Amino acid sequence: MSSVFATIVARDLRLAARRRVEALLPIAFFLVAVSLFPLGVGPEPQTLRQIAPGVVWVCALLAAMLSLTQLYGTDHADGSLEQMLLSGESLWLVSAAKALAHWIVTGAPLVLSAPLFGILFDLSAPANLTLALSLLLGTPILSLLGGLGAALTLGLRSGAVLLILIILPLCIPALIFGAGAVSAAEAGISTRGHFSLLGALLIGSGLLAPWATGAALRIATE
Amino acid sequence: MNGRLTLFTFASPPRFYWLTGKLIPWLWAACIALTVAGLYVGFFVAPTDATQGEAYRVIYMHVPAAWMSMLLYLVMAFWAAIGWAFNARLASMVARAIAPTGAMFTFLALWTGAFWGKPTWGTWWVWDARLTSELILLFLYLGYMALVNAIDDTRRADQAGALLAVVGAVNVPIIYFSVKWWNTLHQGATISMTAAPKMAETMLTGMLLMTFACWAYAFAVVFMRTRAIIVEREQHTEWVSEMVRKQGAGA
Repeated sequence: MSSVFATIVARDLRLAARRRVEALLPIAFFLVAVSLFPLGVGPEPQTLRQIAPGVVWVCALLAAMLSLTQLYGTDHADGSLEQMLLSGESLWLVSAAKALAHWIVTGAPLVLSAPLFGILFDLSAPANLTLALSLLLGTPILSLLGGLGAALTLGLRSGAVLLILIILPLCIPALIFGAGAVSAAEAGISTRGHFSLLGALLIGSGLLAPWATGAALRIATE
Repeated sequence: MNGRLTLFTFASPPRFYWLTGKLIPWLWAACIALTVAGLYVGFFVAPTDATQGEAYRVIYMHVPAAWMSMLLYLVMAFWAAIGWAFNARLASMVARAIAPTGAMFTFLALWTGAFWGKPTWGTWWVWDARLTSELILLFLYLGYMALVNAIDDTRRADQAGALLAVVGAVNVPIIYFSVKWWNTLHQGATISMTAAPKMAETMLTGMLLMTFACWAYAFAVVFMRTRAIIVEREQHTEWVSEMVRKQGAGA
């Protein structure tokens, strides 16, 4: 059972390592998009500090969405997705493994690069740490929900835009508590409530999203 | 219509088509009569509000539209799930027929809300928990409609739509509470409608009449749209070509 999980994760990571530039595109998008905000809003540190949590979180959300169309797309095109479905292994494990691999490739670099933006946006050290931690808890939610969107829009002509349209509303709670935690830390209030809710969302989506993704894959490939 | 009437009698598209054909004129009549009665009570009988003046009369359209928008999403998710779980063709068709009406009511609730907000709060829009979650509900409707229309295969479209509608229905309370907490964390609740004084009896009557009018409208429009979907999907069947031939002969 768990060997399937490990195999799929390892395979996706190897595939990402073979197409390094492609795997780095979401991160590059994230860096460019976040850097645009000070240019648009103005360089006042006070304003930047105020918008930093939201900006970083929204850009992380969009960066995660952009890379999702290919999550099942290439597997579908070369037939390996059908093999996974036919293998009789639990689709929950397959979907969870795909989501984990997606998170390692796109989510983890976002988490690691976030403190850099905290510095650029003049966040205080505790707020910066909170930003990284909130992304650490929040980006897996985006990968899990995004996997569902990728499975629902598998092989559709306008799949990429459609995926963003259907998944973004579902990501709103993660955005609220993730960005809220950073604002709270910046204001010197306790962030425990935000982190608890973010963790609850992660657990909930971790249990349910792979199951729904599996059902969506069955529907899409029937 | 021979045979015993059971729970599934009208789950067959031809029978549903026949039944709704009979019901639709009555539903439209009920809708118009209730609207006229509701608007009469709302505009001429109900008293002017002590604090909000005449502007409050938007309530007769706003509150029914908001109720319908939320209810229709659940009804849509329910029928979509039934259609998916039991492979009931008609249920899936009904679910698809509900979506545009639900989105229309959501938009109407937001629009009339803006008209109400301008004179009473002095602004078209506030990022209040209710307003924001209603806006997100509109996004959910749009996502559902975009998804089912993007998939050419009807069976896949129905099932994928059902899954999305169910996921959305599970998420609606989560979104509502997160928006609510977000709002209270960012700024104190500036506007509270829950603390409003008790309504006059006539106001409530007018609002209920308008709610029933919206129900009748929703049924009529959803049935009409379902009929169109039935004819479209069953065009290869005997009964549809029979019907078309008869109508062609009659014309």
